[in-house]
Amino acid sequence: MTLTVSDLTISRGGIPVLEGLNFSLEPGGALVLRGPNGVGKTTLLRTVAGLQPAVAGTVECDPESIAYAAHSDGLKGMLTVSENLHFWADIFGTKGIDAALKGFDLEGLVDRPASALSAGQKRRLGLARLLVTGRPIWILDEPTVSLDVASVEMFADAVRAHLAAGGSALIATHIDLGLEAEVFDVGPYRAKPENSTDAFSGSFDEGFL
Amino acid sequence: MIALLVRDMKLAMRAGGGFGLGLAFFLIVTVLVPFGVGPESGLLSKIAPGILWLGALLACLLSLDRIFALDWEDGSLDLLATSPLPMEGVVTIKALAHWLTTGLPLCLAAPLFGLLLSLPDTGYVWLVLSLVIGTPALSVVGTFGAALTVGLKRGGLLLSLLVLPLYVPTLIFGAEVARRGALGMDAMTPLLMLGGITAGTIALLPFASALVLRVNLR
Repeated sequence: MTLTVSDLTISRGGIPVLEGLNFSLEPGGALVLRGPNGVGKTTLLRTVAGLQPAVAGTVECDPESIAYAAHSDGLKGMLTVSENLHFWADIFGTKGIDAALKGFDLEGLVDRPASALSAGQKRRLGLARLLVTGRPIWILDEPTVSLDVASVEMFADAVRAHLAAGGSALIATHIDLGLEAEVFDVGPYRAKPENSTDAFSGSFDEGFL
Repeated sequence: MIALLVRDMKLAMRAGGGFGLGLAFFLIVTVLVPFGVGPESGLLSKIAPGILWLGALLACLLSLDRIFALDWEDGSLDLLATSPLPMEGVVTIKALAHWLTTGLPLCLAAPLFGLLLSLPDTGYVWLVLSLVIGTPALSVVGTFGAALTVGLKRGGLLLSLLVLPLYVPTLIFGAEVARRGALGMDAMTPLLMLGGITAGTIALLPFASALVLRVNLR
């Protein structure tokens, strides 16, 4: 399952932030997005994940093959670790959460309510969700926030295993994960200011969305 | 989809889930009305159907902003949007979960609260019947309102203003069924109208809710 992005222009709040993006992601490959804060990495990932429409250009891939992990982990504090994971496994129609628990060292915490976890443990649980989705393309937005060194290594191992199994990953991160990954710096693709005024003349409604 | 329903029901039942919120509000309204209008049972039995319907409607309104707000805050709405579930399915399940936690308990408790307002004997069957048929429409319309206001902080006021006019037809026909039933008149016509409104909202609004939710998630 190849992800191909061609001539993509994306906007945040009706104003184009990045334009002319071209890259592709082959099975087994990983692509690390770099760029200063606010440049539009999250917007790019959301566009690729299909959560928001592109202004121009195309994202070619089956939306059913993407697993998206955002800044927030989508955990329910009232539910236990295993209930949270079982829920997502049921939603994605996969069976068994043991591999995910093992991969992120959560076995000792299965009966703990998610609200009683530390920030790093929550993050690990959020990343463990990726393993239960069973989807080939991972789109990860700052996955290592609040993880300690050992957990970052755990995460890098999970990504390596995923790549070795023929999956692929698009990761926005500022730290070096020690992966054999191409780095794609989005900084030079910043949208030119004159385009930003066109956004409103093109579609009046967009100004309100 | 069953998994989503099970999760929502679990969350509602556990501490802080707001399961009893609507019911408690309904109880408060029906207990306080006799203090407000005086204890004459003649007057009370006359206004009971309307008060009970109004109480049920407001109790429903109270919990609407929880439908999507919590999932929005912790990011699970984004994740659900990228999951295999169709958005229409998600909003339908959300509406069903809201009805099971709010509408259904209200229907079951209504006869008891009817007693507090000295509802005439003939009215009970019609009251419960009208609530069972009418409250699903309240949940579905409310889900639509919640989807419209999902990204807004403190969107409760806007949500109420948006949803209240849409609740009016259900309130009019629902209360009319209960009133005619209480007076021993034929209540078939308003009951059919009520059923029609409910069937129409269930058939159409999930698509509108899914659409506005997708726009709001951008």
